[in-house]
Amino acid sequence: MVVDAGNGHIGGDLSATDILATLYFGVLRVDPARPDDPERDRFILSKGHCAGALYTTLAHRGFIPLDELRTFMAPLSRLNGHPDRNKVPGVETNTGPLGHGLPVGVGAAIGAQIDGARWRTFVLTGDGELQEGSNWEAAMTAGHRGLDRLTVIVDRNRFQQGDATESTVRLDPLADRWRAFGWAVAEVDGHDHAALLELFNRLPLEQGRPTCIIAHTTKGKGVSFMEDRAEWHHKVPSRDQLARALEELKDE
Amino acid sequence: MSESPLHDCRHAFSDMLLELGEEDERIVVVNNDSVGSSNTGPFRKRFPHRLVNVGIAEQNLVGVGAGLANAGKIPFVCSASCFLTGRALEQIKADVAYSNANVKLVGISSGMAYGALGPTHHSIEDFAWTRAIANLTVVAPADPEETRQAVHLAAHTHGPIFLRLSRMGVPEIYARDYRFEIGKASVLRDGSDLTIIANGVMVARALAAADLLAAAGVSARVLNMATVRPLDRDAIVAAARETGAIVTVEEHTVFGGLGGAVAEVVVQTVPVPMRILGVPGVFAPTGGAEWLLEHFGLTADGIREAALELTRSPGAAA
Repeated sequence: MVVDAGNGHIGGDLSATDILATLYFGVLRVDPARPDDPERDRFILSKGHCAGALYTTLAHRGFIPLDELRTFMAPLSRLNGHPDRNKVPGVETNTGPLGHGLPVGVGAAIGAQIDGARWRTFVLTGDGELQEGSNWEAAMTAGHRGLDRLTVIVDRNRFQQGDATESTVRLDPLADRWRAFGWAVAEVDGHDHAALLELFNRLPLEQGRPTCIIAHTTKGKGVSFMEDRAEWHHKVPSRDQLARALEELKDE
Repeated sequence: MSESPLHDCRHAFSDMLLELGEEDERIVVVNNDSVGSSNTGPFRKRFPHRLVNVGIAEQNLVGVGAGLANAGKIPFVCSASCFLTGRALEQIKADVAYSNANVKLVGISSGMAYGALGPTHHSIEDFAWTRAIANLTVVAPADPEETRQAVHLAAHTHGPIFLRLSRMGVPEIYARDYRFEIGKASVLRDGSDLTIIANGVMVARALAAADLLAAAGVSARVLNMATVRPLDRDAIVAAARETGAIVTVEEHTVFGGLGGAVAEVVVQTVPVPMRILGVPGVFAPTGGAEWLLEHFGLTADGIREAALELTRSPGAAA
């Protein structure tokens, strides 16, 4: 997709893919036949630049045709570089600017709380994205209101566009920060499907608290020449690099 | 100005919100510690679980509103207009307008209603900011009845809207039989020499100016352009064609607001001389709300002067 489009955010796509796959195939109560079902679980991709990974997951889950993935970022494609809920079924809100997903997720969770509804809200954020203050406004509100049907998953790949997060503006001690805002926190290997699933099956981790899952991931996961290299935030592989990457991913 | 009693339109807003809340449990209110200033205390008292106060956090305020809409609610997101639009503009653009979330943004105490609190609290850029955003309706009602109807219509019309309300006293302009329509200007007075186009708190002043002009032998049409987007192009083109000159009046900077919107239509259809009255691209000096309007000539006299000067200018229709 990214090679065809000549554009995209492959590093973050690969760090989030295992989380997305686990959510969509093992956790979320969503139905591609009824994407507007009021009782559906909500999933919000706050790191909207990883739309490529979301579209791939939605396609495999039946929300959009698999062969449509070839149109990623092509003129007039539904599959814009950042997701558009008015065009793509299964997308809950339009993201792209960072720090927008969690406030919207908190609003959805408050809506469910008002109704005493059973559905849950999941928000996937990047880690560098947590430098946006809006996340902490939302985290404070969620903690205050005890939104225990809300889960945020932090894709902790430790890189942002320009550099490592910790040499840009430090995020650690990240778990303590979430705890201080009233959240129950767990840390997990974000590429270990079984471990992720085990955590998701135990939600909420604490009654009366929102949950934060810090998923430790590798940017560019599964491709040796991309892993943990900041330049692969939005670099586009050559055809040759694509062939090597696909070969390596086959073995993962 | 007129002798009629003045009304704070926040009361009409708050009364209608209560009515809506009674008839539809999807109606919720989102506040940023602004229950008092947005006059949503009565709603909180009646529906405590349907008032969400997110604290002093405007980005979160608008995002939470979008999330509530996603959950099937009809959120009225209420805040001082300066903070709502200035602080959370990207959320308004992405989470509300671009996402087409069914959110009702209510900017309270817009314009210079906060008076001597100063330019940080004035909201004289909000038309320019909001009307530049696609898929966002922008409405500034002129009196209590129009406020009531705009709020009612907002709740019953799916999609994003920004309601720009004031706290400044305004006289009643409309009776109960008036029917506010989104995107339709209302002709408050017909005239043939020029048209005054105003909205919000300036409408009553425009009407008073038309009285003064009549005494000077000038016949002024007065249009209330409550909806700044989508704009009533037909009413503007008709005004240009039939009266030959247009004065716009707004409690807003002259850059990119109502006057700019009208001018965009006029220059591309029936170019006629115009004057754009508003705050002339400066931060206001210290002074109360009424004093500031006078300072900037946003009074019946100020409008009259501009109108007379315009009708005498070369290029104005004879």
